[in-house]
Amino acid sequence: MEYGLKPLGREKLALWIMLAPTLIGLVFGALGSILATLGLSFMNWDLLTPPSWAGATNYINLFKNPAYLKALTNTFRFSALYVPGVVIVSLFVAVLMNRKIRGVSVFRTAYFLPAVTSAVATALIWNLIYGRDIGILNYLLSRLRLPAVCWLCSKNAMPAVVVVNIWGAVGEGMIIFLAGLTAIPREYYEAATIDGASELQRFFSITLPLVSPSIFFQTLISTINAFQAYDYIYMMTRQAGGDSSIPVVVFSIYRNAWNFFNYGGASAQAIELAVLVMTLMAFYFWLERRYVVYE
Amino acid sequence: MRKTTQKLLLDIVTYALLIAGAGIMVGPFLWMVATAFKLPANQFTHTLIPNPATLDNFRHLFSFDLNFPRLFLISSVIAILTVIGQSLTCAMAAFCFAVVKFRGRSMLFTLLLVTLMVPEQVTLIPNFIIFKWLHLVGTSVPLWLPAFWGGAFGTFLLRQYFLTLPRELVDAARVDGASLWEIFWRIYLPLGKPALAALAIFSFQGAWNDLLRPLVYMPNVPNTTLTVGLAFFQTQLTLGGRFTVLMAGALISILPLIIVFFFAQKLFVEGIALSGIKR
Repeated sequence: MEYGLKPLGREKLALWIMLAPTLIGLVFGALGSILATLGLSFMNWDLLTPPSWAGATNYINLFKNPAYLKALTNTFRFSALYVPGVVIVSLFVAVLMNRKIRGVSVFRTAYFLPAVTSAVATALIWNLIYGRDIGILNYLLSRLRLPAVCWLCSKNAMPAVVVVNIWGAVGEGMIIFLAGLTAIPREYYEAATIDGASELQRFFSITLPLVSPSIFFQTLISTINAFQAYDYIYMMTRQAGGDSSIPVVVFSIYRNAWNFFNYGGASAQAIELAVLVMTLMAFYFWLERRYVVYE
Repeated sequence: MRKTTQKLLLDIVTYALLIAGAGIMVGPFLWMVATAFKLPANQFTHTLIPNPATLDNFRHLFSFDLNFPRLFLISSVIAILTVIGQSLTCAMAAFCFAVVKFRGRSMLFTLLLVTLMVPEQVTLIPNFIIFKWLHLVGTSVPLWLPAFWGGAFGTFLLRQYFLTLPRELVDAARVDGASLWEIFWRIYLPLGKPALAALAIFSFQGAWNDLLRPLVYMPNVPNTTLTVGLAFFQTQLTLGGRFTVLMAGALISILPLIIVFFFAQKLFVEGIALSGIKR
């Protein structure tokens, strides 16, 4: 950060003009919006009648509201399955691809395809795959003489949706890990091989510690994504009347604001979500200082 | 000898796992293509090759009362304007953060990075209220205008790339009397093409695939985006038992990004790897 070009004379103006859109976005789009949401969370407002002061009631009501508590629980359950799932599967795929094999680019294309395409479009086909009477999965089960399963019903819905979310995220995770893996100097492995270390030993004593910055980064990104997961859940678990069989917090925010016109309550939920995510991030950075190895 | 058999065995396991995994990743897409070319009567048959194959579903998609071309056009306009806005504003900011020395630089940049961690849902409600007050809800403006306010992710991505360019370029240009703007326009923008292209792809993808914001700002078919349209068709067409038409729609909606991906795969990969580089 030491180095820098000094703007001369009128270039100061050019500098601030170039920064202006970002500054406007930062002040009004991000920081201003956060403050506005915070303010709204202390009000009752349906956007039709004038707003009224609500004090902390929106926050107090959150914890008395069974629908919200259910959504909060679902968000945690989703994240607890999704985050380790994405990290482990994409690391595993990246390690396999890093084993000097042929056709890496073909595999990479295949694994990345779901990450490119929209969740809305791919959820449509997953609904067809998971379908109760018509789905391929149940067809395969019937070939094995096993009873049909209702994949998107009650208890099965959460794991079924998490699997699809992981399917959609492995591509990006794999790229992050491949970048981390290729940065590990070959000499380390050669030295370990000479010392007689097996492939498994090399993985746990060289690869895993040295790829820990990528694991940290991917865990961070996946957690942020997990708490904001919406598209697949909306597309795969919607029920008549607009509710979901596994509503998550983002779903609940959308419902409260745009279906029930309870903008104050929805704002309180949004603030709650942000505080949760920020707290988790702080915890992660604390973990990073203790366990992540940087060369 | 034992070492080589062990390696061979591991290679076989690696290929087997990777091929099986690739099947799971690509399988749903093959199924989508197959269903899109099947006759509606055969929509639930479990064959991968449609027999007979038909183009009727695509004809339906465009002739039906679905307004599919309109949705496609709206999505395209939003995505293209998003790309223009993000490329321009993020590049200017990234250049300032990477190259120019000014007071508050690191503080501003840190602040920008912090906003990366704020969930989008937190800013959505006040933004909606402002756009509603401006009578812009129901138009595409709220979906592309914010792209012209810069963005933390794009600025971070481009800054990372700009930092890898040799500083001597700037010094040499300065000696030749180039202004700040000229250094940006004539040196950094052309040299930053790979990172800019990656950002362009990511912004296009983000805008094209977005669901939550279009649901909020343009909730009514046919005046909406492809994603909201498809979500709506899902309830309409599956009730009418036309999964084949739905799949044709899904297929066309993912086609633009698949084409971009096949031509610019390297940029996708490098862009993601760049965003993961240690700060």
